[in-house]
This record gives sequence, C-alpha cells and structure tokens, in this order.
Amino acid sequence: MNLITATDLSKTYYSGEIEVQALKSLNFEIKSGSFLSFIGPSGSGKTTLLNLIGCLDKPTTGSLKVADVLTSDLTRREAAAFRGENLGFIFQDFNLIPVLTVYENVEYPLLIVQNVPARERKERVKSLLEKVGMKDQMNKFPDQISGGQKQRVAVARALVSNPKLVLADEPTANLDSKTAFMVIEIMRQMRDEYGVTFIFSTHDPKIVGEVETLFTLEDGLLVNISKGRGGENV
Amino acid sequence: MFKLFKIAIRNLVRYKRRTFLTSSLIAIGVVFVLVFIAASSSFKNIITGQITDSMLGHIQVHKRGYMASVDSLPLTLNLNEKAWKKFQSVAKKIPQIESYSPRIKFGGMFSNFVENTNIRINGVYPDQEIKTIPLLLSRIKKGDKAIKKGEILIPELLSTGLKVKAGDLVVVIATNRDGSVNGKQFRVGGIIESVTGPGGRDGYIHIDDAMEILRMDKLEVSEVAIRLKDFSKLDKVNDQIKGNLKGLKNKQGKQIFDVRTWEKLSPFYNISKMIDIMTMFIKFMLMAIVLVSIMNVMIMAVYERIREIGTIAAIGTMPEKILALFLIEGFSLGIAGVIIGNILAGIIIFIMNTIEITFNFSRQTGYILKPELNIGDIVFVSIIVIAISVLATLQPALKAAKMEPVEALRYV
Repeated sequence: MNLITATDLSKTYYSGEIEVQALKSLNFEIKSGSFLSFIGPSGSGKTTLLNLIGCLDKPTTGSLKVADVLTSDLTRREAAAFRGENLGFIFQDFNLIPVLTVYENVEYPLLIVQNVPARERKERVKSLLEKVGMKDQMNKFPDQISGGQKQRVAVARALVSNPKLVLADEPTANLDSKTAFMVIEIMRQMRDEYGVTFIFSTHDPKIVGEVETLFTLEDGLLVNISKGRGGENV
Repeated sequence: MFKLFKIAIRNLVRYKRRTFLTSSLIAIGVVFVLVFIAASSSFKNIITGQITDSMLGHIQVHKRGYMASVDSLPLTLNLNEKAWKKFQSVAKKIPQIESYSPRIKFGGMFSNFVENTNIRINGVYPDQEIKTIPLLLSRIKKGDKAIKKGEILIPELLSTGLKVKAGDLVVVIATNRDGSVNGKQFRVGGIIESVTGPGGRDGYIHIDDAMEILRMDKLEVSEVAIRLKDFSKLDKVNDQIKGNLKGLKNKQGKQIFDVRTWEKLSPFYNISKMIDIMTMFIKFMLMAIVLVSIMNVMIMAVYERIREIGTIAAIGTMPEKILALFLIEGFSLGIAGVIIGNILAGIIIFIMNTIEITFNFSRQTGYILKPELNIGDIVFVSIIVIAISVLATLQPALKAAKMEPVEALRYV
C-alpha cells in the first residue's frame, strides 16, 4: 500500500532574482512501512523534497498525496493539523525545546497538539522513553544530556503521537558513528514495532548503509531508486 | 491554558536577568504611579477638607449676581426672607444635606480705639455654622472656642497688626444697605487662624449682632453654606438643589438662586485639576514604559527562538497556540511587574505614613501627608499595565504565529 504518491512534483525558488529549480517533475511512490533515504550531494533537492512531504512547504507544480490526503492543496492551518496527526519530525540539530525536560519534550505533541488525556499521555511517553533507553534521564533538561541522547529523545517525540510517517533530516550528522548506529537501530526497531514509515534525507554513509531503499537525487531530478544494504523491498 | 502558562513561565525563567530587568522596570513605573497617586490624593483631600470644613462648606447658595460683586460684599444682593424660607423648605426635602448655615457677610471698620482697619465679617448662627464647618472651632487659636453674642472672633493678621488680644474691647462700624452707618462694641472672643481661599481671613460674630449693626428687621442672607452627608455625591446633590430652587424667579422672570459647589468657589480647584492632569501624564508615561520594555523583550524573544518556533510549528502546533504562548509571556511579565510594583508601593506608602511627612500650604503649616492606596487606583493601574503588556506582545506574537515553519527551521 502506497503511503506517498508524487506526480510531476516540482519546486522552484527565487534566490533574489535568480530562479532555482530545486525539484524537477518528480514521480514516485513510497510504500507504507518503508525505511528509506533520499541521498545525493548538497543542493540536489533532498531537504526540499522532505519539506514538501512534511507539509512544511508547497510544491510549485504537481501534486503530492500523503496518507491519502492531497497535501499540496492543504491550507496553512490544515497542514499544521495534518502534521500534528500524521507526521513526526527528527532534526539534524535535535531541536528539543530547551525549557522542557526530556519527559516534557516527548509529551509536548500529545499535550499541546493532540490534547491526549493525562493517563494515556503518561503511559505512552514513559513507554517510548523506555524503548529509546531514556526513561532514567526523563527529568533532565536537554542541556544536561549528550547529543546521542538528545536524538533518542527526538525519536521518541517523533513517534509518541503515533504518526504514519517520520521524516528525519540528516538525523546522524551531529552524532559520532557509534551513537549514529544506535539511533538508526532504535528507529528501525520502532519501524518494526509500530509499522511507521521512516524517510531520511542524508549523505551520511552510516545511514545509507542501513536503509532499505535509496532515492538518489541529482540537480532536482530523481535519478535512481535502489535497494540499500539494510533491506530488500523497494 | 495551564500547560502553555508552564512553558511561558519556563521561557521567562530561561532569561532570568532580562525578565528581572523588564519586570523591575514595570514595577518601578507602577511604584511611581501608585505612590504619586496616593500622595497627591492625600494632598488634595487634606487641602480640600481644610477648605470645605474650615470655611467654604461643600456647596454655597447665593442670590444670583452676588458672586460677581463678592469683593464688595453687597448687602443689596442678599437673599430676602422669602427666598431664605424657600431655600429652607427645599433643603429639608434633601436627605443628603447634613446641615446648612446662613451667613450675613459684610465689610466694616474695625477699631481698637487707637487704630482702625478694614474687616470682613461673617454673621452666623454658631450651632449651625459649627455643624456645617466642623473645623471652624479648631481654627480658634486663642480665647474661647465659641461664637457668643457680643463677642467677635478676629483673624490673626488683624490681631497681630493692631495688637489686639482675646478679651480686648473693640468697635465694629458698618454701613447698612440704606447707607446709614452704625457701630457696636464687641469683646474679642478669640483669634482665628487664617486659611487659604475666599473668606479665609474673615472675622465671625453672632448673626443677631450682625442684624443689629446692619439694622436688619428681617433676616437677609448673603450666603448659605451647605454640608453634605456624603462628599462623593457632591455633583448629584448640587444638581438636586439647583433643580428644586428653579421655581423661584424674580420680577424679570430670572432665577433668584445661584448654587455652586466648592470647586467653583475656591482657586484650589484649579491646582487640584492640575494634579489630576499630572497624574494622567504619569499614567501615560507608565504605559509608554511598559509598552516599550515589553515590546523590546518580546521582539528579542521571538528572534532568538525562531528555530524553536519552527520546531513547534513543524510538529503541528497551531498558530493560535504559538500566539497564545508569546502573549502569555508578555502577560506574565506584566503580572510580575504589577505584583512587585504593588507590594513595593505598599511598603513605600507604609514608610511614608510611618515617618509622617509634613508640608505647608499657603499660610497653613504642619499638614501631615497621609498617602493611602486606593483599591480602585490599584485595580486601574494593574489592569492598564497588564493590558498594555499583552498589547505590546501582540505584534511579536503575531510574527511568531505567522512564521512559516520551513523558513523558521532554516534560520541560523
């Protein structure tokens, strides 16, 4: 079953007066439960594509369907609501909220975005923190934990709202190899346990080696779809 | 809402020094305004009380035209017996009137048998006058604290100038409305302290003595001083008296009575108005302080947290919640400033009351300033400060709420 369908997807920016075609008429489908990565050199359009799928930006032309919703047609408010219900985000710089504890950071999407009742919220947050190995650190603030721990918290935050899709932009760029592998392994376990689709944008060989599918982008074009060493299904 | 409050408060605590400085600035503004209001209100109330309770009364009634020639104290413009009776019948029907006192005011010659000088005299019924002007007796510095028949209370300037003391015999000579001159000997019953304002340096005699000097067969009243039960109902009662006295007109069909509150009779009212205007300007300054300081802080907060805003927007926080988050921060800063300011103002006012600051006004000395925090002023200032705090936050909060998450996340 396809989770994402892109049809003639293009995105054009203006950098001053210069027109930049970031994505050029992309057509692809991504199955539900995938563990895949957009790869390619800087400026190839990886982050732009991730932003379009994440409803953070709108395509210039073409259409994009995510979880049976034509996200390219959503208004700003509808897009925010869609993100809150269906998507999880993991950022290169972790982007944890510094004034909230580890527990509160993971709780945030349930508390502020989804208004989940307190008891259920507590269960889900604690369960996820346990799974990412951060339960014993849950009362610490982000500046009291390491980079790898921050990213594990970010993974828990991305998954706590039971999203259909988690988008991760360069999630291991600021981590050492050992921690990066650990984080990727946690994400894979989460995919296996919850069936969540994970999409990365990266040129980090550590991820490239672990994902199941690779979408190679060059100059805004999807030039290749290949199996990664991490899996079989495309 | 509580959860947003928690995050907002944590954000304020994150920048402790900035939050402290901004709250302190607001608190200082609140302190200045409240202390100024308390002190100026105390000053106004003391002086107003002195003027109304020691001389003017709250409201005065004259014959129309009398006030235009008040400097010459014209006996021809007194209220006649019919008008006086009409006033009495009206006054009885107004329960808010505590008391009233008719006065015959006239100018005359004062002699200690060696020297002469001019004097302005009020002829009064002692009981009614003391009831209406309760501080009158406290103004008597030497002699009996009473106004007795055959006695005169003389202003202290006259006492000093003519070297007259309580118990001395003096003569008062006056011209009546028909132009004939008459004199009467008095014993100086006491020396009365001068006060600021019209009539503040007048002497007092019994009204029967005044009628005798002026050869009045029937009572003719120059002025009626009125005291109200509740001073705050001044305008309402003034209108009521005016309305009820409307019926009586002269032969030309014009109103006979001229009813005025103390505000129209005393120049201090203009000082009082100036104090009110200054208070208003100080309130505007407070608003400006709050507006600029909160806006400055919140604009900085938004710029410093652009990526954070992008993150919470990306994970699905609706724009109105982002707006609310920043508005709550501004609101909390305002609340903190108001609470600290109110407490500090209370402490300062307590200290001012403890050390008893004295002041002089005109010839009166030794007034003790008794600043009091009025609950209405506290509520008004607090609401204004909090409202301005939220208003000042609105622009940066809207900017945060409208921020495109993709651009905010890209911000370095």
